[in-house]
Amino acid sequence: MNNTPATDYPEGEDGGRYVRGRQRRGMIWSFVFFGATMIGIVVLTALLFNVANAAFGFVLMKDKVQAATLAAGDVPLEKLPKEALVEILQTKVSKGVVRRLESEKPLAARDRDELYGLVLARVVQPEMIKSWSLLDSLTKRAAIRAEADALPDARLEFRSWLTLAFITSPQSSNAELAGVRTAILGSLWTILVTILFALPVGVGAAIYLEEYAKDTTLNRLIQTNISNLAGVPSIIYGMLGLAVFVRMLEAITSGRLLGAVADPTTANGRTILSAGLTLGLLILPLIILNAQEAIRTVPRSLRQASFGIGATRWQTIWHHVLPGAIPGILTGTILAVSRAIGETAPLVVIGASTFIVQDPSGPFSKFTTLPIQIYQWTARPQAEFRNLAAAAILVLLVLLITLNATAVFLRNRYARSA
Amino acid sequence: MFVMNQPTNPTIRPSDRLTNGGKYAIEARGLNVFYGAFRAVKDFELNVERQKITALIGSSGCGKSTVLRSFNRMNELIPSAHSQGAVLFHGKNIYDADVDPVEVRRHVGMVFQKPNPFPKSIYENVSWGAHINGFRGDMDALVEGSLRQAALWDDVKDKLQQSGLSLSGGQQQRLCIARAIAVKPDIILMDEPCSALDPIATLRIEELMKELVERYTIIIVTHNMQQAARVSDYTAFFTVTPDRTGYLEEFGVTKQMFTSPHSKITEDYITGRFG
Repeated sequence: MNNTPATDYPEGEDGGRYVRGRQRRGMIWSFVFFGATMIGIVVLTALLFNVANAAFGFVLMKDKVQAATLAAGDVPLEKLPKEALVEILQTKVSKGVVRRLESEKPLAARDRDELYGLVLARVVQPEMIKSWSLLDSLTKRAAIRAEADALPDARLEFRSWLTLAFITSPQSSNAELAGVRTAILGSLWTILVTILFALPVGVGAAIYLEEYAKDTTLNRLIQTNISNLAGVPSIIYGMLGLAVFVRMLEAITSGRLLGAVADPTTANGRTILSAGLTLGLLILPLIILNAQEAIRTVPRSLRQASFGIGATRWQTIWHHVLPGAIPGILTGTILAVSRAIGETAPLVVIGASTFIVQDPSGPFSKFTTLPIQIYQWTARPQAEFRNLAAAAILVLLVLLITLNATAVFLRNRYARSA
Repeated sequence: MFVMNQPTNPTIRPSDRLTNGGKYAIEARGLNVFYGAFRAVKDFELNVERQKITALIGSSGCGKSTVLRSFNRMNELIPSAHSQGAVLFHGKNIYDADVDPVEVRRHVGMVFQKPNPFPKSIYENVSWGAHINGFRGDMDALVEGSLRQAALWDDVKDKLQQSGLSLSGGQQQRLCIARAIAVKPDIILMDEPCSALDPIATLRIEELMKELVERYTIIIVTHNMQQAARVSDYTAFFTVTPDRTGYLEEFGVTKQMFTSPHSKITEDYITGRFG
């Protein structure tokens, strides 16, 4: 210190301590941010575990009629020929039910697998006595076994509630048979309508606002309102959809005006079209804002280059601005669509069916969607349906991950070619 | 395809209207350019001779680039900009109500400060302007000819399908020049075309300008006075009033201006006393 001229800055040992102090403060902040990341990861893991916990686990099944008693001699039930199965049905099932089944389709005309399914459902009637969570199944195996052994007729099986049959079967009031096919198809149809409506309208609006609109008070007001609309609760959109699409435009949304359905009164405007348009309105502000952001990232120099050789505004937009903005627009759209797929509240308001067994056949069908199905199953008193809901959540998650992966793939592809 | 800007009088084709006769390539008459309420350039008068290089020099913020952009109505892309006065392109005021700026820009091309090729192939960079302007001739020949004129053909003839962005900075700028001359303009405006380039690339562009001037009229904005002295035939020196409005202080033959300027301000600037 003696030789260095006096300064207003901490020097020497003092200066070193000062630098160490600043670095330490930086370290503390980095730990705080690491902690924030960890909270996110822990919450996400807990969520996934919670779902998986209910979707897999031991179940204790008891058949009303033991399958062994139906076996003919050495031939077990599952190997019985078709004729024997028909005979079992005719003898063990009440006359009324047999008559109804016959009138739907003669038993003799049905194939063996179908008859075997009927025997299981109508005669054997497996019933779930108790189910355990995945965690219990893994940790309390001995206790579960002891409980199962106490009931001689019961079978203990480890079950995944998420099976191929679960995905391909339609809705049913019997938990053993219920599946999510109608809900998956309903979700996909609805999202298709949503994308077809919201993407062109949203991107169009974004182009107008970014490239054509002058900086006037009115346009600034519109811009502010779009930003605000993105934050409006989704149930409000449901009420709007109910008033406009389901009620006011019923002639169109029920398909009556187009003569597209034989009996429009079955859905009364509570159709996939109404749902898709409502969700489209819901994500429209998001798509507009994201597309605007993407359009803004296209450099001004590129626009100038285009104008400079005599391109019109539209040629500049079509050939240079849009191709440059596509990756961003795609990312934004898929994020918005992911949100729409998970929406429940607006669909409840516009009247999604809680129970349909028929696959939706087009935009004028009645519908249910995965989140509606999950909501409805979790509200049921029987424990099995909560397991089904967990399995349906897994299906929904897979659907979302697929969509996001598609978005990443498309974005990378366009970003490379640009 | 959509119909390009139809002239108001269908019997007069744009090329007739905008390219017949006239002593000068382009003339400014009492031009005032405003950004909102701010007057950036006042009472600007200039006659630009055909097939000569005219340099616009002056310190930053004196309106050189504004003037350059008003020669092809690029200023209009800035929302607050508007102008008064006339810019006569072969006798026709390009600010007349019946002139579409799109039509003007095809005849008055532009090369920008930063090389800005399209994120497309080298071939498309050159052909796109021709395509949108309704070129009906042999596109391959046009692309080759333009690239040759821009002294880029030998560098890129084997990789025409590669992205224009894969080229070096100097090559990109020459690609931008090829893109500009592919639409057969009369005038090429260059807005500090070498300011983002290294000295060797700068030299190549300067040599190229001297070749191009045999066919085209070139107006260049530059901050580099040596460059103006090296390449230009005429020089226009801009300066600002105390309220920061730019105006033309002196215009003349470059050689004369750099040796014996009339104005004291010009002399101070080119001898490096300010600016």
